[in-house]
Amino acid sequence: MSTVTALRQPAVDYLDALLTSQPQLPASPWARINALRGEAVSHLDGLAMPTPRDEEWRFTDLAPLTRLSFEPVRSASALLAADIAPFYLNDAPHRLVFVDGIYTPQLSSQTTEGGMLLTSLSAIGAEHAVAIEAQIGRHQATSDNVFAALNTAFLHDAAVIVVPRNVEFAKPVHVLFIATQAGVASYPRCLLVAESGSSVTLVEDYVALQDEPYLVNPVTEIVLADQAHVKHVRVQRDSQQAFHIANCAVSVGRTGHYQSVSIAMGAQISRYNLNVLLAEGAECAVDGLALIADSQLADTHTRIDHAKPHGVSRQLHKCIAGDSAHAVFNGKVMVRQGAQHTDSVQSSRNLLLSAKAQVDTKPELEIFADDVKCAHGATVGQLDVEEVFYLKSRGLSDAAARSLLTYAFAGEIIDRIHVASLKHQLQRRVLTQTGSQP
Amino acid sequence: MIYQNSKTILEVRGLRATVNGIEILKGLDFTVKSGEVHAIMGPNGSGKSTFAKVLAGHSAYEVTAGQVLFEGRDLFAMAPEERARAGVFLAFQYPIEIPGVANSQFLRLSYNTVQAQRGKEELDPLEFDDFVREKMKLLDMNPDFLDRSVNEGFSGGEKKRNEILQMALLEPSLAILDETDSGLDIDALRVVSQGVNQLITPDNAVVLVTHYQRLLNYIVPDFVHVMDAGRIIKTGGKALALELEERGYDWLSDEHQAASETRAAELTL
Repeated sequence: MSTVTALRQPAVDYLDALLTSQPQLPASPWARINALRGEAVSHLDGLAMPTPRDEEWRFTDLAPLTRLSFEPVRSASALLAADIAPFYLNDAPHRLVFVDGIYTPQLSSQTTEGGMLLTSLSAIGAEHAVAIEAQIGRHQATSDNVFAALNTAFLHDAAVIVVPRNVEFAKPVHVLFIATQAGVASYPRCLLVAESGSSVTLVEDYVALQDEPYLVNPVTEIVLADQAHVKHVRVQRDSQQAFHIANCAVSVGRTGHYQSVSIAMGAQISRYNLNVLLAEGAECAVDGLALIADSQLADTHTRIDHAKPHGVSRQLHKCIAGDSAHAVFNGKVMVRQGAQHTDSVQSSRNLLLSAKAQVDTKPELEIFADDVKCAHGATVGQLDVEEVFYLKSRGLSDAAARSLLTYAFAGEIIDRIHVASLKHQLQRRVLTQTGSQP
Repeated sequence: MIYQNSKTILEVRGLRATVNGIEILKGLDFTVKSGEVHAIMGPNGSGKSTFAKVLAGHSAYEVTAGQVLFEGRDLFAMAPEERARAGVFLAFQYPIEIPGVANSQFLRLSYNTVQAQRGKEELDPLEFDDFVREKMKLLDMNPDFLDRSVNEGFSGGEKKRNEILQMALLEPSLAILDETDSGLDIDALRVVSQGVNQLITPDNAVVLVTHYQRLLNYIVPDFVHVMDAGRIIKTGGKALALELEERGYDWLSDEHQAASETRAAELTL
């Protein structure tokens, strides 16, 4: 045991450094927030930075992160609408913009259409306090998760979206997190509450306007009441030097429907933990794509928890790794005792574009009920030589043939995004990225 | 059609090739001139498809001896895509399915790549759509096939039509059709054959690789070659195909075997 402690020592220092470098946050007007912060800080006392000795972090070594130090964001960057216009989505006019984690109302476009609440926590009136306090921090645990605890320790603002009962909000809501400052740590927070029978599409989007290292450590909580429908598109397109360590907790109420498409393209090291809790008859489709190259590492850990009977889950996770990139997928499907008639299909498909690229994939099923239908599988492969030859025999260069086939592999996930402008942006990005492969 | 003053498109001399270390082509000689239609027939395993794949540049086949000139250029010095751009086209026996790539996207990319190489105008998606729909009429193809993934879920006949559609778009000077008749019902065979016939000009040439005579009722060859054990053992006109249909391949193999033995015997004497 003493060896482990000794090994963890530098990491503990790193945590301390992150904590103490932050300015003392003023007390929040929200009692719940102050309580959550206090709780998170006390949890941090008992937590350490994970190392590859922790099973959950076996393949993701955070040493490159802990070697660096990150400053708090001291002042907001002054951005103009023109600076961020390239990130706008035509078909998502309602937008919350956070610059280095700081809410920027002049770049945002809030709405109260249909009784929607779409704003930042700091701008919310007391009349919503009960609804917000009942949910924020309730779904993402901080006791056993150092990054969720860090985020919560610095919780002072958040993107807040509340869709009232039976409101079908057709236009996607775009929450845009922009990194502009080098060497800083930011702790984005997002809360989406879809009341019963409502529906909404959330685009959670991480982008960068600079190329130096920085740390983004977001926590997102999504709550679907009974019969609510949420489509959640998450795009991590941070800079190639960034560290992105994220947690998302989703709770789906009875016969609710949650669809998630998460895309990881940026960051030198990224980690996304997605936990989905399903109530009786709830359904989820949890799809993902990691498209990485150079020496990037993208790690996705998902957990779909069939807590009650008659739940349905579908998952297709794809990784495309080029150069010496390393993709990690760990997908756990848990079927609790009594969760009879659970129907779950999980598939992990992986494409290696070079001899040095690496994929570690681990689909896991844990079943404690006896009348369920569960299937899972994983494949790791390279581009099919016959497909490449077919395209070359039609005049395409080797690079063009490989690019087209890689694009097609990624396309199956990107096509599941029902926000046309975002889909087109991503398709272009994939073509550029795959086209540059040797 | 055999023309006076036609130019040589393909010249194969002493071609030997192996796959996984096993020799399949054992000294093949073959010449094709512009305007001509050649049929290569032969029993299964005689090396017909290997020959087609070697010409297209499939990496599984290793050329161990011989030379192939395509319009005077060393074919083996060219990568598969360079061959395609220069005008060599192989219609696959088993066209490859490519999920996720729209057929229209694939066809346009291929067309524009070849056009650019030839210094000709590329087409944008709208222009190409008009152009390709016109060509599809030639093969009685439903335009819906443009929106589907390349060959995915196509029937055997639809795949073969799609191959000939590519031939129509790329206008190769040498088209090698590998068992294009296999998997076609009689109506599809007629449509596909008519399509091919309309694409034959005095400046290009077609090599039909086929097991059966049936296709040659629709696309009439100027020459019929019989392959056996990696060589062409007999060359004749259209009538040879009919004779093969009637008598099978065995008599030819036996005849060839006997002839070789006689030659060998004469040599030893």
